[in-house]
Amino acid sequence: MKLLTGNDLKTGFVTWWTGADWSLHIEDAADVGEQGEAILAVEEAARRVNAPYIIAGEQTADGPRPAHIKDRIRALGPTVRPDLTLKPADPAAGDWVI
Amino acid sequence: MYKYDEYDHAMVAARVAEFSDQVKRRLAGEITEDQFKPLRLMNGLYLQLHAYMLRVAVPYGTLDSRQMRMLAHIARKYDRDYGHFTTRQNIQYNWIKLEDAPAILADLASVEMHAIQTSGNCIRNISSDQWAGAAADEITDPRPWAELLRQWSSFHPEFSYLPRKFKIAVIAAEEDRAAMRLHDIGIQIVEKDGAHGAAFYVGGGMGRTPMIAPLIKDFVPLDDLLSYTEACLRVYNRYGRRDNIYKARIKILIHELGADEYRRQVEEEFSHVKSLGIDPPKAEFDRIAAQFAMPPLDASAPDAIDRSDPDFAVWVDQNVAAHKVPGHAIVNISLKPVGGIPGDASSAQIDVMADLAERYSHDELRVTHAQNIVLPHVRKADLYAIWQALDAAGLATPNLDLISDIIACPGLDYCSLANARSIPVAQKIATRFSDLGRQKELGELKLKISGCINACGHHHAGHIGILGVDRKGTENYQLLLGGSGAEDVSLGTITGPGFDEDGIVDAIERVTDKYLAERSEGERFVDTFRRVGMAPFKEAIYG
Repeated sequence: MKLLTGNDLKTGFVTWWTGADWSLHIEDAADVGEQGEAILAVEEAARRVNAPYIIAGEQTADGPRPAHIKDRIRALGPTVRPDLTLKPADPAAGDWVI
Repeated sequence: MYKYDEYDHAMVAARVAEFSDQVKRRLAGEITEDQFKPLRLMNGLYLQLHAYMLRVAVPYGTLDSRQMRMLAHIARKYDRDYGHFTTRQNIQYNWIKLEDAPAILADLASVEMHAIQTSGNCIRNISSDQWAGAAADEITDPRPWAELLRQWSSFHPEFSYLPRKFKIAVIAAEEDRAAMRLHDIGIQIVEKDGAHGAAFYVGGGMGRTPMIAPLIKDFVPLDDLLSYTEACLRVYNRYGRRDNIYKARIKILIHELGADEYRRQVEEEFSHVKSLGIDPPKAEFDRIAAQFAMPPLDASAPDAIDRSDPDFAVWVDQNVAAHKVPGHAIVNISLKPVGGIPGDASSAQIDVMADLAERYSHDELRVTHAQNIVLPHVRKADLYAIWQALDAAGLATPNLDLISDIIACPGLDYCSLANARSIPVAQKIATRFSDLGRQKELGELKLKISGCINACGHHHAGHIGILGVDRKGTENYQLLLGGSGAEDVSLGTITGPGFDEDGIVDAIERVTDKYLAERSEGERFVDTFRRVGMAPFKEAIYG
């Protein structure tokens, strides 16, 4: 699957294209398939998200999972500060990254 | 400490107003990211993995308690309650919102700080010896010269768009505590025939192509320091490559020209620059230097230290250094607790250090390139009270210059350029070697980790260096041995094939075991490595 991601203009937070809008949660990310470039162009013009780009991912039982570790760290947060990730109460969240 | 004059205040205030307007226009969608990016970078605002990152300049690593408290305030109010002290003696915040950036810069300006020239192809923050003004071995305080260079380089119209970024360090002791020869220009204040001058080392650097700066001139009269620096920059600005980012640093130019030819061109340029009158009148330099006068220390203060508390004694032996004034000492605060994140400090810890500086260190602190903090002017009689306060705040780790005093860049946990994580590796190594007796048995051992070839973690200059790389989508770690950023400067050599995260920790243990087996009396790790060479270590690592 292909995912569209970027950083929110105002906060800089990592954000994922849901098919209709942007979400901070990778679980909401939609497979943009072959439409990625077209969506990217529209969203860049809207100037809500910084430097959006398309990445490869896979659909898992837990939802979309980026192919590259860098994007998995982006999706969750720093592996060395579980308290600052999007899942601070989940002790196994880091396993999803590595 | 240097205090802003009306020009400094006006320049910084104008920049805050200008950037506030630029942010407003960006948020309103009036300018694109491509248009905005160079503007935000000029103000130290990067976009990293999780959010905007703000890099705040700490000129030559010197702070007062008011400024330190402001750093804590920013961490608390605008970030996630911590900051990260860097190998450029700066501080970075990892979770900044764009809409907060103007307010942060205004807060910084209120305590004479800013983020100007902490990014971009300009002259970056001038770095220096963290013990400047206090070190027993210095011939003078290098910071007035660093401050002069700061003023000269700030908004320098000719050097705002150099071929690439440019880093300058100034020291004034034989012991190099600032990795001086691994800077674009390293300046060492030296003494010759009773007069002080500057030795210029030009063309050093780490990154993709590490080089040790050659000596370009052994003695530049201090009256010519700015002119000579300007001549060095002009030759670079004229001939440095702008067509290839990987060949754009001055080290490449000097390597390709040769040091002799570069020197010849600098001398030619200098003969012209000197006629321009850019070196300040003596009265102006004296005005700057007066602000770095030694605080009123009582040289009759007691020299004895009550070492009856054994934990305190261990800390004194490892983290306290000699001061030039009897009865006083330099306190090095390690930001490397076992299992912690190198260089990180919470807002509460930053406040504690500010309070201690105000109460015990004549209101001064320093940030070190090894990502630690220094209280430079402390009475020995106050050491125990300081240690107790540090211990209560989790800041009394007695590991200065030991294997767990690791330099590590933010790595892939935070940095958009990184290929691998640095911090978890640092944590695992520090944990593996957590026994202090074992660390002290190994002695001085500088371990430095970078998460990519850009070498922010100074891996080339580590006695043991680690470079994180991306190998087909997985993290892999190369091991280097034999580097040094000190006066015995050298570049590390890669041992061979890399390791995974756990494998690199095991490899380091095999290296240190081999060192203990091979060392002669009094040898540090790097001394033994230089004597016996790579072969026995390679054998120990790979079999």
